[in-house]
Amino acid sequence: MISAPDVVAFTKEDEYEEEPYNEPALPEEYSVPLFPFASQGASPWSKLSGAKFSRDFILISEFSEQVGPQPLLTIPNDTKVFGTFDLNYFSLRIMSVDYQASFVGHPPGSAYPKLNFVEDSKVVLGDSKEGAFAYVHHLTLYDLEARGFVRPFCMAYISADQHKIMQQFQELSAEFSKASECLKTGNRKAFAGELEKKLKDLDYTRTVLHTETEIQKKANDKGFYSSQAIEKANELASVEKSIIEHQDLLRQIRSYPHRKLRGSDLCPGETEHTQDPPSQAATTSDPEESADTDHYTCRPAYTPKLIKAKSTKCFDKKLKTLEELCDTEYFTQTLAQLSHIEHVFRGDLCYLLTSQIDRALLKQQHITNFLFEDLVEVDDRRVEKQESAPPRPSHDRPPSRSVEECPVPQVLISVGSYKSSVESVLIKMEQDLGEEGFREVEVTEPSSFDPQENLAYLDTDMKGSISSGESIEVLGTEKSTSVLSTSDSQASLPVPSSPQVVRSKAVSHRTISGDSIEVLSTCPSEAFVPDDFKASYPSAINEEESYAGDSGGAIHFQAGLSPPELGEAKEGGSGVTPSQTDSCCIGREGGTLRVPLSTPGHTLSDEDGVVSVPPQHYRQKDQEFHVDVSVENANASSRDSGSEGFPAYELDPSHLLASRDGSKTSLDDHSDATSYGSSVTSASSDRTPSSVPPTGPSSERHKKRAGQNALKFIRQYPFAHPAIYSLLSGRTLVILGEEEAVVRKLVSALSIFVPNYSLHAKPVKHWVSSPLHITDFQKWKLIGLQRVASPASAGTLHALSRYSRYTSILDLDRKTLRCPLYRGTLVPRLADHRTHIKRGSTYSLHVQSVLTQLCAKAFLYAFCRHLHLPARGTEAEGLATSRQASFLQLNLGLVNEDVKVVQYLAELLKLHYTREPSAAGQPVLRFDYVPSFLYKI
Amino acid sequence: MLRWLIGGGREPQGLAEKSPLQTIGEEQTQNPYTELLVLKAHHDIVRFLVQLDDYRFASAGDDGIVVVWNAQTGEKLLELNGHTQKITAIITFPSLEACEEKNQLILTASADRTVIVWDCDTGRQVQKVSCFQSTVKCLALLQRLDVWLSGGNDLCVWNRKLDLLCKTSHLSDTGISALIEIPKNCVVAAVGKELIIFRLVAPTEGSLGWDILQVKRLLDHQDNILSLVNVNDLSFVTGSHVGELIIWDILDWTVQACERNFWDPSPQLDTQQEIKLCQKPNDVSIHHFTWDEENVFVAVGRGLYVYNLQMKRVIACQKTAHDSNVLHVAKLPNRQLISCSEDGSVRIWELREKQQLAAEPVPTGFFNMWGFGRVNKQASHPVKKQQENGTSCSLELIGDLIGHSSSVEMFLYFEDHGLVTCSADHLIILWKNGERESGLRSLKLFQKLEENGDLYLAV
Repeated sequence: MISAPDVVAFTKEDEYEEEPYNEPALPEEYSVPLFPFASQGASPWSKLSGAKFSRDFILISEFSEQVGPQPLLTIPNDTKVFGTFDLNYFSLRIMSVDYQASFVGHPPGSAYPKLNFVEDSKVVLGDSKEGAFAYVHHLTLYDLEARGFVRPFCMAYISADQHKIMQQFQELSAEFSKASECLKTGNRKAFAGELEKKLKDLDYTRTVLHTETEIQKKANDKGFYSSQAIEKANELASVEKSIIEHQDLLRQIRSYPHRKLRGSDLCPGETEHTQDPPSQAATTSDPEESADTDHYTCRPAYTPKLIKAKSTKCFDKKLKTLEELCDTEYFTQTLAQLSHIEHVFRGDLCYLLTSQIDRALLKQQHITNFLFEDLVEVDDRRVEKQESAPPRPSHDRPPSRSVEECPVPQVLISVGSYKSSVESVLIKMEQDLGEEGFREVEVTEPSSFDPQENLAYLDTDMKGSISSGESIEVLGTEKSTSVLSTSDSQASLPVPSSPQVVRSKAVSHRTISGDSIEVLSTCPSEAFVPDDFKASYPSAINEEESYAGDSGGAIHFQAGLSPPELGEAKEGGSGVTPSQTDSCCIGREGGTLRVPLSTPGHTLSDEDGVVSVPPQHYRQKDQEFHVDVSVENANASSRDSGSEGFPAYELDPSHLLASRDGSKTSLDDHSDATSYGSSVTSASSDRTPSSVPPTGPSSERHKKRAGQNALKFIRQYPFAHPAIYSLLSGRTLVILGEEEAVVRKLVSALSIFVPNYSLHAKPVKHWVSSPLHITDFQKWKLIGLQRVASPASAGTLHALSRYSRYTSILDLDRKTLRCPLYRGTLVPRLADHRTHIKRGSTYSLHVQSVLTQLCAKAFLYAFCRHLHLPARGTEAEGLATSRQASFLQLNLGLVNEDVKVVQYLAELLKLHYTREPSAAGQPVLRFDYVPSFLYKI
Repeated sequence: MLRWLIGGGREPQGLAEKSPLQTIGEEQTQNPYTELLVLKAHHDIVRFLVQLDDYRFASAGDDGIVVVWNAQTGEKLLELNGHTQKITAIITFPSLEACEEKNQLILTASADRTVIVWDCDTGRQVQKVSCFQSTVKCLALLQRLDVWLSGGNDLCVWNRKLDLLCKTSHLSDTGISALIEIPKNCVVAAVGKELIIFRLVAPTEGSLGWDILQVKRLLDHQDNILSLVNVNDLSFVTGSHVGELIIWDILDWTVQACERNFWDPSPQLDTQQEIKLCQKPNDVSIHHFTWDEENVFVAVGRGLYVYNLQMKRVIACQKTAHDSNVLHVAKLPNRQLISCSEDGSVRIWELREKQQLAAEPVPTGFFNMWGFGRVNKQASHPVKKQQENGTSCSLELIGDLIGHSSSVEMFLYFEDHGLVTCSADHLIILWKNGERESGLRSLKLFQKLEENGDLYLAV
């Protein structure tokens, strides 16, 4: 082999992806100026500059009526994660932007306290001093003892990467809504229970008071009332009033509109819970008796007690914890959901985006992607169908959805976003430097000047001098992204809005918001729902005005700020428009320039809302899928290692928090010891900080290892091509060897070349020691077979020789391969032993792309009607065959044995497409009568 | 071939060197079966396959269950449970034209001494008879009279409603091994070495009930009769354990022709000595026949013979067609012959007119290599015989199907769906023509596309 040892040595997989922040330092002479925040453990890729926390986390805070804003818990619950980041301070920040919770216990003009079913508000907020950006989800929970019966809470996804928050807003919002819905459902249940108890108390109190009054009446029968009696009567009256009030509250909470429980699959208990309170209430009829009898019977029965009619003041009591406010079950569920969110959005934005693009692309080829891809959810197709049911041209989609819809430009966007991170920081300096300074910076930026460094310094300086840390910018919210699309479409008018205008607006905006808390826009949670976009739009503006004063400026500011990378990307991609090349400022403003790219005739309408729903759907699907996997592999001992297996945590919330990062199960062991599915489960578990959202069964790491080993195989064995050809053409490859570990390793490496029959599992058997049977060849396409030295192996080998026509046999001990000849061109491209690819993950991506191409060919071949069916009824039999041959050769450019690969894949496609959903569908064993050859090293 | 796998040393029982068995290798261009589907449902040897209609067949075996399959998709349609012991005979039982219920029925006999009538459309057990004294070993249907017969130690006649019409006295302890219908309301039963001809008497005005009369006993065979078939309107054929093939006149039950030369020295063979020496009786037992207009194809021991009815002689033979006894043969319409054997393989042969006499399955150098021995003699036999006989045709191996790991008991050929084989390894394999299946799948694909409205036809 060509310098194989060297190559292997150099391509040894380092652990870069696992520990991105602990790279060994270079020798002094090679060192380049270091990234200024390297000492803090920051990486330029993650843009953690200035952030005091090492990675993204979720913070739950409460605006306590006793102590004010306070952090409650973080996910992951690990102090290392947020480090020196001031949670108290940040809690104050995020809670202070919640203006939805303007709840009034006694609204004027209403006799009774009225419960508002306040919708959650979702805002994006940036704290440039802390280097933290957050998606903040405010919600209100009910507490009978709280002031106004409400307790404002918020959940915040905190990241150092502003773009992640901005671009993943829809997804974050969808996921957090689910968590919030879960909390609120539990809370309503708990609140109703609390009200019932209170009612019982009041009822009991009333009875007691009534009796006392009667006694007093009897005692002094003088026709006038003592002051005592009057007091009692007053008290009684106030109890009566309180009862009515509470009954009204109970009615209100029970009449919670159930249409809002769209995501109620998360809250399975909801329906039954809402039904049980009446039965409980029925027991209130005779409090005294129930007090006696229930004392020993069942625990849930409540013993009423005498209470004072006046409610106690808030400082006298201890407020309920969040867990008490919600039902424990729901609380646990919420935590699971939150840690799922944390898991999904973890890592660098570019991973998130590429994986989203990946998934979007895969969804587009839902007919072929079962063959080699393994991160496809079965239900995805259905969603896709629904989505595409009302066919809508893709340019109708709002910009944020273009991540899903027009992936190719988005690739550029994500690349561009690294660069543009600089510019978004720039905005903060505008007010200080003024236009001149700003322009200077802009001009120098493209040159060798290190912008990031400079800007960051400037940034911190500024913060110190101007606003003394009071710099919270709420960058945008859900509504504002919609608004953004408005301004996009407006700005897409021929006149490119000049940087001048925008800047002045931005500046003015700055000046107005003297307190430097800028809430650009906000929206109620229901804004996704297509119904009331127009209706709520003005309200969003109004709210902005109340805070920022200059809503128009805010919006335009937003427009310039949010998609700078889009313009940047465009610039990088084509770079033709003159206005783009002017300066980066325009490039940033070029968010508008993006419009022709995706939304030429952008219609601002309710549609936006409609389209923004799907991500919620498929995330949910992901989640379900994971649950399935973990259930399937219940014995695979990997259930503890990821957020995907919700059921595992339901019992113990503390376990959930504690073991969040605790389990580091070895992938090697799992992928080898258990079959495919389980390796997948463990692989998608919590390990790599830069992991992609664990949507698929096969993780990055698994792929990486497989790719690395496949690369090794290709370099080591000159007959790798015919072996891979065997796999691709559906001829079972038996890997024969004595050492189990070696065989398993190669089997899992080569399994990347094995086409699947269906979505469920790869037809790969890692290790068998019993003689093979004909059914094995039907079922498995890659088998690791144990060679036993004892005479018992004669049976195994005899079976192997008997069925030799169905198999290719790779003997690892003797380094031989027996299989049919291969003379095509496809496999050499797929598996070039002189390839410069060194990393396993790169190679697996290369394989993926080549195989995707191949799938496309197979798709074309299988779905071209004229190739398979006679054009006319009278056509001769042989014509179709000759058409097929010429199509394969001329149109698809396939030679020799490559034809068989495509034919085999086409057969699998046909089988898969025509398979009835109900039928389990055993695959047929297809084979050829072709001679085999023996290859040796 | 696989020596490299075993790593030298002891050679396994490789086919090539052990016997002069003709092998074909891995390149089989004429073999159409390039797709297979393994059907698993039985837990014991599968012995019987019976075709129900164009696309269904039933399988039965030693586990006592009957399974109905779809021959196109390989889907298991029904599983019929009722017998407690192995099934010994199975026949289809076509429903009457007049009958409203058109359901396909089958009759199964089992070692538990019952016969069950099944409805193959619903899986229902229609009726069960359990009054047998002995195991029923064969079943025959006389459609003309609308009765069926069961043969065990005695012969019983039943009507469609499973009423016993009449029965013979106890015939023998070994029982009837085969039973066929011949004209004039007669049946031939093979009982041990002899053939017994019975006549059925249907009720007329004179007699009240059915009766069955023994008409004649034929004692021409010298050993147990293993196979008995109705070849055409003129004759039926029997074959015995010692390789006697007798062709009988179907009307007067006389011997039309007799072929004993599979083992017995016959006048026209020079090789008699060698044959006597080398062949044990079980090597020439005739297990199965099949026939067409001209020829009877006989599975004799491990070999295949083609006997021409007009010329009254063997016109082609393959002395060692398999490694082990051939259990079933069938003639396909396209001059192809399929045989299956205890060695677990199925072979496809083609009957070809021979141009010259040189079709030697063994190279001549073989003699020197191996010296005298059984192999040598076996090998030399067909060559010489062919030369002496002047056989005018040859059987060419055009393909073999290897899938079963144990004896292939029987197979069934579907014109449209390929071949079904059943085996002692409990499996049934559906062999299909890969190209045709591919075409069918395409057809299905475009039908489905059309149904979904996804088909875009370029104008």
